[in-house]
Amino acid sequence: MKPVISVTGLRKSYGALTVVKDLSLTINQGEIFAILGPNGAGKTTTVEILEGFRGADGGSISVLDTDPAIKGSAGLAWRNRIGIVLQSTQDTAELTVREALTHFASYYSNPRSVEDVIALVGLQEKADDRARTLSGGQRRRLDVGLGIIGRPELLFLDEPTTGFDPEARRAFWILIRQLKSEGTTILLTTHYLDEAEALADRVAVMNHGEILEVSTPALLGGRASAQATVSWREGGMQKSEASDTPTEFVKSLSARLGGEVPELSIHRPTLEDIYLSMIGATHE
Amino acid sequence: MNNQLPGALSIGFKRGGLEIKQFFRQKESVVFTLLFPLILLAIFGSVFSETIAPNVTFSQYFVAGMIASALVNTGFQQIAIFIPIERDLGALKRLRGTPMPASSYFIGKAIVVTVSMVIQVVLLLIAGVAFFGVNLPTAANKWLLFAALLILGSLVSTILGVAFSSVPKNARGASAIVSPVVIILQFFSGVFFIFTDLPQWMQQVAAIFPLKWLTQGMRSVFLPEEFATREIVGNWETGRTFAIIGIWLVVGTFLAIRTFKWDRD
Repeated sequence: MKPVISVTGLRKSYGALTVVKDLSLTINQGEIFAILGPNGAGKTTTVEILEGFRGADGGSISVLDTDPAIKGSAGLAWRNRIGIVLQSTQDTAELTVREALTHFASYYSNPRSVEDVIALVGLQEKADDRARTLSGGQRRRLDVGLGIIGRPELLFLDEPTTGFDPEARRAFWILIRQLKSEGTTILLTTHYLDEAEALADRVAVMNHGEILEVSTPALLGGRASAQATVSWREGGMQKSEASDTPTEFVKSLSARLGGEVPELSIHRPTLEDIYLSMIGATHE
Repeated sequence: MNNQLPGALSIGFKRGGLEIKQFFRQKESVVFTLLFPLILLAIFGSVFSETIAPNVTFSQYFVAGMIASALVNTGFQQIAIFIPIERDLGALKRLRGTPMPASSYFIGKAIVVTVSMVIQVVLLLIAGVAFFGVNLPTAANKWLLFAALLILGSLVSTILGVAFSSVPKNARGASAIVSPVVIILQFFSGVFFIFTDLPQWMQQVAAIFPLKWLTQGMRSVFLPEEFATREIVGNWETGRTFAIIGIWLVVGTFLAIRTFKWDRD
């Protein structure tokens, strides 16, 4: 099957500042793909080019068989097939949740039912409240509702859960998985590594305008084969050792200490550890 | 599956309904746009009550100017302030990411401008007739002229508002820049003072912009025919008025299309 997004050699500069250099990536149908990277890595510029908001300086792009970087090509028929959830918007403040969704539904050829979307984003209790009275998390769920009302084949989510409490974040993840199960392809940018780990089929780590690696969250940066850290207490001291074979190491430790190892813990690198070492490694 | 996109006109009308709803739900915008001119009318009409020509009081002169100003307030001022606010809030970028045709957005704006303009003009006429001795014209051709001035004046004012909306960097800048521009233009154009009493350089600056011509046009509708001899050139200059509004329509449309920004940067 043809990829939903395919990019080769994308370049973008603002004056002398190169923001994206020679970027290539492929996102397949039905996939949740996360782009991770520090502020200024070029994530937003890349995503905005794919969304048809910005032009590119070079490279070839195909998003649902269209190159949105070519002026005038990101037309209404193409927009009808995508959904975009931007960062922190505060518009539609004087409209109720239901009014805003009903209105935006009228832009699309085959929208979802407004009531379905209200239920999907969990705003049933707030459906007739004005958007300005919503909490930050509720407001964000309305943004997602507006992004999916047109039944998009491809959904862009830009830092969707910033400011959510942990419970709201879990509820949001369930919603995103449900969209995936309906076949929606999702491109996600996020600062939260646990979110990428929980949702993404594949992640790309980006820094200084380049993609450092694309992998599954479990395999990124050699995470699966990385050394584990074994920590324990011995002779009143906290000790730790990095090991390729932690099971063998704990066995010998147990034999040496005569059974139970005090305060034993085995720590595998989290996605965050891997990510930080990747980002750090590329700093001068 | 239905792949037919809804038409630009039908979405435009829906946007008009939505714009009106949002306009009336914002108390500040209702007070600022619709009531402020009435308050001004009450103040100026009461303070300056003298007769400026046979059968013409300053209040009558002022009401004609305020009706012309209504076109600037509801078109230029409203649009040039609210579009930067929408841009700051991310509303325009969100719309750009949907299959809403750009023309639907402007149809919606035209609808909200028309509705608030008609409300304001009707309120000013009622107040003018009830309290300030304004006589409504009786001749059909005066009403025709009035309608033409309202439609074209509103159109040019709205289009220039769209063009000007790209000037302020952000929403706060918008109200700081736009309101003084409008007020100065009103002073120069003979809304608050009798135009022929103004210094000549002011008259010449005012003559560049449409408000002076709209104000003069409204006087030709609401003041007695004999008053025309007291205008600068001794007649109403109706032809020149429409020519200048026409030029601004063309220039404004060109600028609006060339400069409109959906995004903050």
